[in-house]
Amino acid sequence: MNLKDMLRRNVVDTPPSGIRKYFDLINEMKDAISLGIGEPDFETPWSVREEGIWSLEKGKTHYSSNAGSVELRQEICRYLKSRFSLQYDPVHEVLVTVGGSEAIDLALRVLVGPGDEVLIPEPCYVAYKGCTLFTGATPVPIPLKAENRFRLQPEELLAAITPRTKVLLLGYPNNPTGATMDREDYVRLVDVLKDRDIIVISDEIYAELLYQGKHASLAEFPEMRDRTVLVSGFSKTFAMTGWRIGYVCCHPDLMEQMKKIHQFAIMCSPTTAQYAAVEALKNGRPDVERMVAEYNRRRRLMVDGFRKVGLDCFEPYGAFYVFPDVRKSGLNSDQFCERLLLEEKVLMVPGTAFGDCGEGFARATYATSLENIREALFRIGRFMEKMLG
Amino acid sequence: MKLEILSLLEKNSRMTDAEMATILAADAGAVASAVHELEADGVIRGYNALIDWEKFGQEMVTAYIEVRVTPQRGQGFDKVAERIYQFPQVQACNLMSGGFDLFVVVEGRTMKEVALFVAEKLAPIDSVLSTATHFVLRKYKDRGVLFGQQHKDEREAVVL
Repeated sequence: MNLKDMLRRNVVDTPPSGIRKYFDLINEMKDAISLGIGEPDFETPWSVREEGIWSLEKGKTHYSSNAGSVELRQEICRYLKSRFSLQYDPVHEVLVTVGGSEAIDLALRVLVGPGDEVLIPEPCYVAYKGCTLFTGATPVPIPLKAENRFRLQPEELLAAITPRTKVLLLGYPNNPTGATMDREDYVRLVDVLKDRDIIVISDEIYAELLYQGKHASLAEFPEMRDRTVLVSGFSKTFAMTGWRIGYVCCHPDLMEQMKKIHQFAIMCSPTTAQYAAVEALKNGRPDVERMVAEYNRRRRLMVDGFRKVGLDCFEPYGAFYVFPDVRKSGLNSDQFCERLLLEEKVLMVPGTAFGDCGEGFARATYATSLENIREALFRIGRFMEKMLG
Repeated sequence: MKLEILSLLEKNSRMTDAEMATILAADAGAVASAVHELEADGVIRGYNALIDWEKFGQEMVTAYIEVRVTPQRGQGFDKVAERIYQFPQVQACNLMSGGFDLFVVVEGRTMKEVALFVAEKLAPIDSVLSTATHFVLRKYKDRGVLFGQQHKDEREAVVL
């Protein structure tokens, strides 16, 4: 038996994330600076870690209810209401997941299959396309434009819709661009969406990492509320990536099916992380504010630095990424990133990793110290001088 | 803006005015004049490097000394505090609430040097009733900075 013949075609045909070569290169280097790490450099706030430890000391090591502990679901609802004026019922509309990632996977699995189309504005987080392909559905990329600051325009959305369109997968504030959508931007999308049978999966994991304006969500529009699946989590807001804890909120009709998959495939999210997450929501606000203030400082330094060395970039208002246009170097995304790494030991991720329309761009994260950012910018400046001759 | 400038300089006093201006989205000239004002008003009292002397290989002893004193009529604790803080060995001197009065930080090259300073200079002062000297054995954290092991970024080098 050839094992490879036993595998499902659509899994085999889905390419792995295309950054492996950079990973291997940088791991052999000394004094390299990675601007390629898409997770907070902060550690989880101590009070949150301490709550996790305490739960272990108390022997709280059992399953919680499938949907997550009642206390955590209640805290999530309280938080969403007070922060974003979103109302969800903790019993029927909230599920605690293994990171936002599981939530995206669940939502796609209950909604789409072969023959369905999923609209994915790009550049975007790499898992959207992969998870769609696993279901057998067809991802339909919508290439976003830098001149629109990578915000989805209603006419772009309209042009991509076909009778087979079932889901629109949005991620704002965005990885990799740092783009955000205002309420006004969403108002224009609602006009397109409200009379069509399209469900929106809205990945709002970076909602708290916002440096201008107020976070907006499609779920806050009454006509969109029940056709929006809200995905969020603790990884970015509270620097809890390794705990693997997130949540999803949506109408009970969808939730019931998602819960079923979660129940059979996962059972429940790690309970240590659940106890810690309750503490994060109850008392973590000052820590979040401290981290956001620090990200904001780094963001300004990085945007200014890229512009000074001749790399155009629009000012990103969210997440912790800057997405400069690297074409002035005379190189494409891949060449730019590879040469920058080999010649200056600075790692950025080519924009093409996030969709074909990312060509000409590269992602840098400012989830690293001011010292690293300063040194990286110095090296990038030296590299650009060489490129510009 | 001044508060933000202070918080930046408190962490890194070598940060330039231009960089602070970028980070705070402020005008470079405005930052420079704010820093100048803060210095002139004595809000910024100096710019120090935080040094791990042990790492440098330099023997350095720090002692925290609890001092009980008799306050003097009309002058309270100020007079005796002044007599103590004039010594160059004294790095810090604070009036405290609680079981003793002055908390004095003394640095020296050896334990003996510090102990002799306490015995010969500090304890004999007229209004000093008693001293209790505590030597620092290991510095874990100072002014918000961890000593000893350098922080290592243990994250994966690339994460999408």
